[in-house]
Amino acid sequence: MNVAVAQVGGRESAPQAAAHARLRGVTRVFGGKLPVHALGPLDLDLARGEFFSVVGPSGCGKSTLMDLIAGLNPPTEGSITFEDRAVAGEVPDGIGAVFQEDASFPWLTVRDNIAFGLRRSGVDAAETRRRVDYVIGFMGLKDFTNAYPAQLSGGMRQRVCIARTLVLQPRLILLDEPFGALDQQTRLLMGDELLRLWRETGATVMLITHALDEAAMLSDRVGVMSSRPGRFIETITTGWPRERDSNIVADTAFGAVTARLWSLLRGESLKAIGAKDAR
Amino acid sequence: MSRKAAIVATRIAVIVAAILALELLCRAKIISPLTLIPPSEMASALWELITSGKIRDDIVQTFTTVALAFVLSVAAGFTLGVVIHALPRVRRALDPLLASYYSIPFFVFYPLLIALFGLNTVPLIVIGLVFATAAMVIATLNGLDRVPRVMTKTARILRLSPARAVLTVTLPAAAPYLFTGLKLALAYSFIGVIAGEFILSGGGLGFSIAYAYNNFDSETMYALMMFVLVIVTIVNGVLHVLEQRMLARRAGR
Repeated sequence: MNVAVAQVGGRESAPQAAAHARLRGVTRVFGGKLPVHALGPLDLDLARGEFFSVVGPSGCGKSTLMDLIAGLNPPTEGSITFEDRAVAGEVPDGIGAVFQEDASFPWLTVRDNIAFGLRRSGVDAAETRRRVDYVIGFMGLKDFTNAYPAQLSGGMRQRVCIARTLVLQPRLILLDEPFGALDQQTRLLMGDELLRLWRETGATVMLITHALDEAAMLSDRVGVMSSRPGRFIETITTGWPRERDSNIVADTAFGAVTARLWSLLRGESLKAIGAKDAR
Repeated sequence: MSRKAAIVATRIAVIVAAILALELLCRAKIISPLTLIPPSEMASALWELITSGKIRDDIVQTFTTVALAFVLSVAAGFTLGVVIHALPRVRRALDPLLASYYSIPFFVFYPLLIALFGLNTVPLIVIGLVFATAAMVIATLNGLDRVPRVMTKTARILRLSPARAVLTVTLPAAAPYLFTGLKLALAYSFIGVIAGEFILSGGGLGFSIAYAYNNFDSETMYALMMFVLVIVTIVNGVLHVLEQRMLARRAGR
């Protein structure tokens, strides 16, 4: 494979002219008797059409970050914009999300699960049908359209959730450890699927993962977060070509990227598990 | 025979054997005819009661009352459940009360209800309602507790309005638990109404059973008891089938 030499260790690349999503000075503090400072302050620019991954030690606020960008929760401080409009505790049009937990609706067939969001967004029946059929074909679910989620494997159910998101044609796709519950081989294959849909849809993707190899293999850039309160300690640009797949794991540059990620994360992970002599 | 068919066959065999045993014990006078009449005589007495139209009014009264108590208790229980679920502080205050609810012998209040509402079907509806509502409240709370957070999150990501999210995501997700509430509410409505009729009322199946008992009319008493049993079994059977169908789909069977 002809891969450009990875620019390992580079600081955050120059901000793109038109950031698709932009975070400035964002923090999140969970209230209560003992307030928990979960996140930030942090800045982030997601370039339109890039594949950005976030890695960080457990409990560093990765999922909190995703909830903020999705508009599920408002930031305590700072501002978030998506397509130049402020995101303020409400999910903006054009954002899709897939979570680690199985979110397929067990009372609906695969087809109805996928069509669920469309039927409620006022798209007419013929267009719904066309888009659902396309996504079903694209995600390899043709043989399961009338099955119920309980009849499918975990990987297939996650495909249904991805399909349900894709059919709405989101311009920013947020993925919170979507393959976290799957075995390693399935993860690699799902990674290929993810790259394929990213290329075809042209959407911006932000993937949260704890798997360093997954982040290294899939991403244009990987943001490494510190232990709580999570901040970006470094952003690594991989330099992979847009046409890529899981075979990239055989590339020497892949090993360098993964190693760099681990050297950054090791100390933070030790802190997160409470080890005294971190680093 | 498939395993499922074998299970059903065993179930039916047990019931038939019990009825046959009862029939034999009664016919052989091992059980005194003053105590219990053979099931076959119960059935023929029931047939006569139904065809003669003598118990038509009682049937209509009892089932109308049960239906009203059931519908009202489900509506009230569900609404209360949703409201209590949305108010965690209220819930913490009410939790022990709900948990000990069924230790209260409600029927001691029945005379009071008659004094309040008069000797008609209203006290019966109220006692059925009071008896059945808590079961529905508890089932609703339980169901709402078990809706996975990721589903409500998904509803928000799909930009559903709060009302739509409840109708199309929360309720279907909680449905198996709500169904348990329905079944319990139905059983409690039957118990409340028929027991109330039994204690004091001017009509209904419970009243007729008590009336026959007081007049040593074993035939009518047992016929009516059999009728109530059969109807309750059929209604529960229908609910059971519906529930199994729903659960089977969700379990991928």
